[in-house]
Amino acid sequence: MSTATRRTRRVRPGSVVTGLLAWVVALVMFFPVLWMFVTGFKQESQAATDPPTWLFTPTLEQFRAILGRDFVPYLLNSLMASVGSTALVIVLATPAAYALSLAPVGRWKDSLFFFISTRMMPPVAIILPLYLMANNLGLLDNITMLSLIYTVMNLPIAVWMIRSFLLELPKEVLEAARVDGAAFGAEIRRIILPMIAPGLAATGLICFIFAWNEFFFAVSLTSTNAPTVPVFLTGFVTSEGLFLARLSAAATMAALPVILAGWVAQKWLVRGLSLGAVK
Amino acid sequence: MATVSYQQATRFYPGADAPAVDGLDIDIADGEFLVLVGPSGCGKSTSLRMLAGLEDVDEGTIRIGDRDVTGLAPGKRDVAMVFQSYALYPHMSVAENMGFALEMAKVPKDERIRRVREAARILDLESYLDRKPKALSGGQRQRVAMGRAIVREPQAFLMDEPLSNLDAKLRVSTRSQIAELQRRLGVTTVYVTHDQVEAMTMGDRVAVLKDGVLQQCDTPLGLYRRPANAFVAGFIGSPAMNIREFTVTDGHARIGELDVPLSRATHTQLAREDSDRVLLGFRPESVELVGPTEGYPVAVRLVEELGADTYLYGSVIGAAELNGPDIVARIAVDHTPSIGDTVHLRVRPGQEHAFSPVTGVRLE
Repeated sequence: MSTATRRTRRVRPGSVVTGLLAWVVALVMFFPVLWMFVTGFKQESQAATDPPTWLFTPTLEQFRAILGRDFVPYLLNSLMASVGSTALVIVLATPAAYALSLAPVGRWKDSLFFFISTRMMPPVAIILPLYLMANNLGLLDNITMLSLIYTVMNLPIAVWMIRSFLLELPKEVLEAARVDGAAFGAEIRRIILPMIAPGLAATGLICFIFAWNEFFFAVSLTSTNAPTVPVFLTGFVTSEGLFLARLSAAATMAALPVILAGWVAQKWLVRGLSLGAVK
Repeated sequence: MATVSYQQATRFYPGADAPAVDGLDIDIADGEFLVLVGPSGCGKSTSLRMLAGLEDVDEGTIRIGDRDVTGLAPGKRDVAMVFQSYALYPHMSVAENMGFALEMAKVPKDERIRRVREAARILDLESYLDRKPKALSGGQRQRVAMGRAIVREPQAFLMDEPLSNLDAKLRVSTRSQIAELQRRLGVTTVYVTHDQVEAMTMGDRVAVLKDGVLQQCDTPLGLYRRPANAFVAGFIGSPAMNIREFTVTDGHARIGELDVPLSRATHTQLAREDSDRVLLGFRPESVELVGPTEGYPVAVRLVEELGADTYLYGSVIGAAELNGPDIVARIAVDHTPSIGDTVHLRVRPGQEHAFSPVTGVRLE
């Protein structure tokens, strides 16, 4: 080790204050999540005390009860809608983004803004036509319908994101591939896709989270066959009062897949979100 | 290997007033090393990219060997390109980078491996074949880019400022390596640079471009000794040639108290242009120190001692024509004057260059 690194760094008081502030803010933000996680392991009576109970014997009773209430079908519905729509979004958005960046079609700017403008539309404004369409197609309370809606909902964001990743590809690398004799298909498969893979992962994760968390369409267009996890969660908010511990346990389970996906995509995500920053 | 020829090749960028490359005519011999040089925006890179097929040719034709490649896709031209940024494929190893073009050309795997190995051996990259580009130094990346070109055994190498991302020392050694490699492989090479030292040291011939127009294409010494116009004269050579405009009276250029005789041919050409002015230039190394009764008195403003050479910057006393930027002269190290001194300088007879003040064209 060199002497320079061994020498104690002088700490400026300003950085101590900002550091402390950052910790406080982070803990305040994280506390509700932690509380939810902890509460899931309590008895219902312990969850409802005032002041809150800090010390208790953890129990898996709530989790057992949730699985006993047929949680799995909701989970599968959510997974199908989220994974299915995300896959479809990536497949559709990548060529669209290509046509709006590397090989721009005519009036690409207008198309781009049209895409994002659809995202500005409040969902309430289109729920009635959507409901009627689903009804006429016989797709009411059907997970296919929900997957399609999530696809449409996430497409604009995915197109915009993937487009930004494509724009950051060094132009010379694509030209080098062309000079090296790569035909269009080979250029896409061998050069472009591997290079934007981190970006695709980041885009996929965001679409997955949006689809997973979506509530309004799910609650409006499904009832018994195709409800998703967020719909399941509301089942614990009843007029007879809150089952706080059970709700917490359910919410923890609902959050798990997203956390898992984020953890798996973490390596890619960091690279994806900082794509282009690295030369 | 093949000849390359530009025939009236022209490129217009949409929305631009003037063509980026205007009626370019160059014939490059088989195995020749041609350097395209010029200030930024002169069209040298565009010319190279037209040859690569990365830029459209709006008028004229480009031939490689006896093939007209004007409308051909880049991959079908059988040329290899080295980019300024190297443009390596970041997700592929060094070996994959070098073998990619061969893979695209469906060269059998054994053959591919053999050729990649061979190129790696030539470029001293054998121990890096499994590395990704980001784990390489700048010089190594540059060599991978070269290797990617070499393995293809193409009809022509195209190089777009391949040394500009290297540090000064590495640039000099890589410069000679590239030149040597090119001679050994004998592949026709078109090399773009803005660095006139690279142009002079590497090229068999150098083409000087300005505003999309070819100014002169000649051997490095030819450019240096007989620049075709005032632009080339000022661009080639460092420090640049001293060029000033003078009044012509009775077949002489009047400079201060002295008359510089102009050749008969120069005089005739000037008369044809109905001009009583002339551009005269002389290189810093065409100047010599003389005794106090001869030459021009020059007030020394700055002295640059480079070890082997000394450059002197100053203004001629009493010659209004020579006002403006300083005169630069190279003088012997053992006669170095001090700043503020007055020295007497003379241009060695016959070493001045005359150009038309109207067209800039060289006058003999």
